[in-house]
Amino acid sequence: MRELNGEQVKSMLLYVAERVIDSKDFLTEVDSRIGDGDHGIGMERGMKNAREKLLGMGAVTDVYAPFFEMGRTMLMTMGGASGVIFGTMFSGGAKGKTPQKTMDCPRLAELMCGSLAKIKERGQAQPGDKTMVDAMQPAVEAMLACGGSDLGEMLEQAASAAKQGMEATRDYQAKFGRAKSLMGRELGCQDAGATSVWIIFRSMGEYVKSL
Amino acid sequence: MPKKIMNQPENFVHEAAAGFLAAHGDRYIQVEDVSGLRVRDVKEKTAVVVGGGSGHEPIFGYFIGENLADAAAAGNVFTSPDPGTIFKTAASVQRGRGILFVYGNYAGDNMNFDIAAEMLEEAGIQTKTVRVHDDIASAPKERDTDRRGIAGSVFVIKIAGGATASGLNLEESYRVTAKARDNVYSMGIALSGSSIPGEKRPIFELADDEMEYGVGIHGEAGVRRAKLLPADEIVDHLASRILEDSGIQGGDTVCTLVNGLGAAPLTELYIMNRRLEQLLREKGIHVHDMEVGTLITSMEMAGASITLMKLDSELRAYYDMPCRSPHYSK
Repeated sequence: MRELNGEQVKSMLLYVAERVIDSKDFLTEVDSRIGDGDHGIGMERGMKNAREKLLGMGAVTDVYAPFFEMGRTMLMTMGGASGVIFGTMFSGGAKGKTPQKTMDCPRLAELMCGSLAKIKERGQAQPGDKTMVDAMQPAVEAMLACGGSDLGEMLEQAASAAKQGMEATRDYQAKFGRAKSLMGRELGCQDAGATSVWIIFRSMGEYVKSL
Repeated sequence: MPKKIMNQPENFVHEAAAGFLAAHGDRYIQVEDVSGLRVRDVKEKTAVVVGGGSGHEPIFGYFIGENLADAAAAGNVFTSPDPGTIFKTAASVQRGRGILFVYGNYAGDNMNFDIAAEMLEEAGIQTKTVRVHDDIASAPKERDTDRRGIAGSVFVIKIAGGATASGLNLEESYRVTAKARDNVYSMGIALSGSSIPGEKRPIFELADDEMEYGVGIHGEAGVRRAKLLPADEIVDHLASRILEDSGIQGGDTVCTLVNGLGAAPLTELYIMNRRLEQLLREKGIHVHDMEVGTLITSMEMAGASITLMKLDSELRAYYDMPCRSPHYSK
């Protein structure tokens, strides 16, 4: 699959929302080891709100619109650090873009690259700080380096890079979020936000491959 | 599943707010459309707006009233409110003299309140922010702005309420409130974990003979687990860590708070307070006032924290102003 139209982008994001909602208990368990266990709850709530927004959108002609609406809804209704960060993951790189009828590899890579820059600016996190950036940065780098024109292939590479980044967070000491106060006790546990990033990229890839 | 008195978990926060207003609706009102509470009678002054996740009551939602906060934005349990909720809550009490935000220093609160502050500035409403970071166990002293906010918020909100009620403008209110923040130090211990409504397990669990040092107020694990000690040894440990970190010494004047984390009986808090007073007296530290109570909680967590705020004459004057709210008055 080389490109998606607006309706397919909307369906892809609805699929992502379903997969994250399904992962609530898993995310909660990952977060309970070192955080306060609310990551899965917040993501479920945000994705339910986003799903409602997407379903109410009507015919989609601009491929950036579903990303922007999904992110904006999460940002304005979720609360928590996750609301801002994961809202920005979808809306940050889509905001202010010239409307387009099709989403292809360069556009999706550019969108996620723009989102990553805004996440780092808002959250002040860098790679190695044991946050979602540790999964998102390698995923974005994989997308930019991909060079191919098959969306499913690019998203598969992004998901694989996100997974490696997520697994590497086990070795990092936390500098943000509530785990930063554990003085090293968080070592050995992976970051819940990084886990969500992996689930999101994997789900996008699964949807595109199913077409 | 940990037991709680509740109906549907998703209704936990707003049903509690409805019950609060049923009891205190003569003086408080819900902010339109959002999960925020405000005073009914808004004064012509710089507004103090607080907020954070729910589950810490009486703070933040019930800490509004005369010479305290004017409004509070409430998130879900242990989750920062979203920017829209904060914006509407703050806008509902602003009277053209600016908004002073006071809240605990957490990544989620910082980002959501910052976005709300940007939205307010765009609407022409000035804001200043004081983030409370009093938990000395949560980061080393050289990174004190990385520390999280716990029971010290009680005193910082009280000073902010006093300063703004005295007619100080936004800049001056901010200066005084930030000074309070820079002079408040806390540390706590837990005897049990706590849980989020609807979740299957507590966030952490402790054996019958264990306690956890340096816990926060979100059920998150602390910095060190230890065998349960007698009350006096717990107090000695917490107080000595606070004195060492703060540099508070003989001749200084402090106010103190022994705060229950939710399930601690008042008697246990007074047992701790008895030792705290002895210890401060032995060191020649002048105790201006001692507060003992359950003011900032972590749901049903057992355990307590100790807070010291070093007072100069300016902070003491604002601290001594009477204040009134349903669960904290002076």
